[in-house]
Amino acid sequence: MARIDTDLSSTQVQEEFSGSAGHAKPGSVLLRELVAHLRERRTQLREEWARRITEAQLLTAMTKDEIFAEATSVYDNYVEALETGTFEALQAYARNLSERVIPRGVETHEVVGIVLLLRDVLARSLFAKYQTDFTKLNRILDAYEPAANRIANTVAVGFVQERERIIREQQEAIRELSTPVLQVRERLLILPIIGVIDPQRARQLTEQLLRGIRTNRAKVVVIDITGVAAMDATVANHLVQTVEASRLLGATVIVTGLSPEIAQTIVNIGVDLGKMNTVGDLQGGIEQAERLLGYKVVPLAESS
Amino acid sequence: MENEIQVPINSDQDIVAARQKGRSLAVALGFSSGDATLIATAISELARNIVTYAQCGKIRLTVINGSTRQGIQLVAQDQGPGIPDIQQALRDGFSTSGSLGLGLPGVKRLVDEFAIVSEENRGTTVTATKWKP
Amino acid sequence: MEVPILKQGDFLIATVQAALTDADLLHFRRALIQQVVRCRSQGVIVDVTSLDVMDSFASRTLREIAQMIRLRGAQTVIVGIQPEVAFAMVQLGLTLENVATALDLEEGLAHLKQKSESTA
Repeated sequence: MARIDTDLSSTQVQEEFSGSAGHAKPGSVLLRELVAHLRERRTQLREEWARRITEAQLLTAMTKDEIFAEATSVYDNYVEALETGTFEALQAYARNLSERVIPRGVETHEVVGIVLLLRDVLARSLFAKYQTDFTKLNRILDAYEPAANRIANTVAVGFVQERERIIREQQEAIRELSTPVLQVRERLLILPIIGVIDPQRARQLTEQLLRGIRTNRAKVVVIDITGVAAMDATVANHLVQTVEASRLLGATVIVTGLSPEIAQTIVNIGVDLGKMNTVGDLQGGIEQAERLLGYKVVPLAESS
Repeated sequence: MENEIQVPINSDQDIVAARQKGRSLAVALGFSSGDATLIATAISELARNIVTYAQCGKIRLTVINGSTRQGIQLVAQDQGPGIPDIQQALRDGFSTSGSLGLGLPGVKRLVDEFAIVSEENRGTTVTATKWKP
Repeated sequence: MEVPILKQGDFLIATVQAALTDADLLHFRRALIQQVVRCRSQGVIVDVTSLDVMDSFASRTLREIAQMIRLRGAQTVIVGIQPEVAFAMVQLGLTLENVATALDLEEGLAHLKQKSESTA
């Protein structure tokens, strides 16, 4: 900031606030005054904030008591961040808060909304206190603004990150559920794949299968792709890699349900289909697997 | 936990040291065990290229902070003979033997971002990044 | 670092630890071949359960070991490749072609026994 001001004290002020990220260095006089004021008025400001949250119809998923309890924590963390200039505690609190409220259905705009409301409530309070000394008000706001911006950003980002993490976890869980690795017989695993596979899902399937081979000590795996409509080169490659990786774990892979289109894709990426163990349908694949494992399926009449 | 680790690469022992440091860093950062293995393997190959073709160089491992996620950046640098034809080195379809050449297409598959700068007789720098999902 | 090689009947079992340098691997290759010759082994199991990274050099060395052992009329089985290591290997394009692999020691021994029975 290149503001030239002949007033000594405000040059001092300038120097103090030209640190990184624009937030006030802890220990500066104005900041201490600001923080003291916010602490002194804690009860009233907190109440006003909670009232405005309800007015703006935010956090409707929570009760009045819950809102007040969270408001207290946020307020205290906010003021502390202003005071210390460090944001790790606030970040941790934001994540923690998000983890609690996201399952309750609280959304991003609500969290951002309440932080901005608090910022506004506090700013107005500062206006009210220093309105008779315009110069001082300016300097106080110069101290307050960058820090308040950073706080709002920290909380918003913390919330969004937490939300994204939860969504990813849920997606992961859904994917795991939707692609079971089935142990049908001893040493035989079946992996039926249905639907659309993107590279991420393909990779997850491979990892799941390899872990399954190890856990179940499988010697033969039947991967059924009857239910897969199409595959691009990347995913076809994943399939080939899965076959190769399974072999490294001592398991033979039989691929069943290969459509002509997918067969063509595989050939196009340079894989010799002749080297791959393929059978027309799942039933045929299981029969071949059983033969490989030394099982003989004998019709009941003969077994007597 | 450090944010940056530099490992000089002068011998085959350094290859092991570099990949072990890479794995530790990845685990400390919260990468899954599988991803830590991918990172360690990439480091091993890059370090190996340095030892084989340039005799000495270094590998720098850095923790990087994206807007919504963290990652590890690997920079393998040497002042060796350089790669005359980068396009050729990066070509090589999906099924590579892995024992010939630099194995760069393979390393590329292990990571999320990959860039290489090389000039004949001026050396080579490979920059690779793996993000924590 | 020495790789321990144990004799079990007609077979040898070598257990590889993590953190083998290239020099260690070459030393291992030499020592293993010498043992095969000395003991006139029918088969070798190389257990890589503890290997946390299989790179191109390790992969090539294992292939060479298998080739050299085959020249002595014996079989090699690599056992214990970890799922994550297998995944990384195929990404890198290392498939250990023409080298037998099995899940673990038990499977490896079963494989060797079966092989030696069919050639007997």
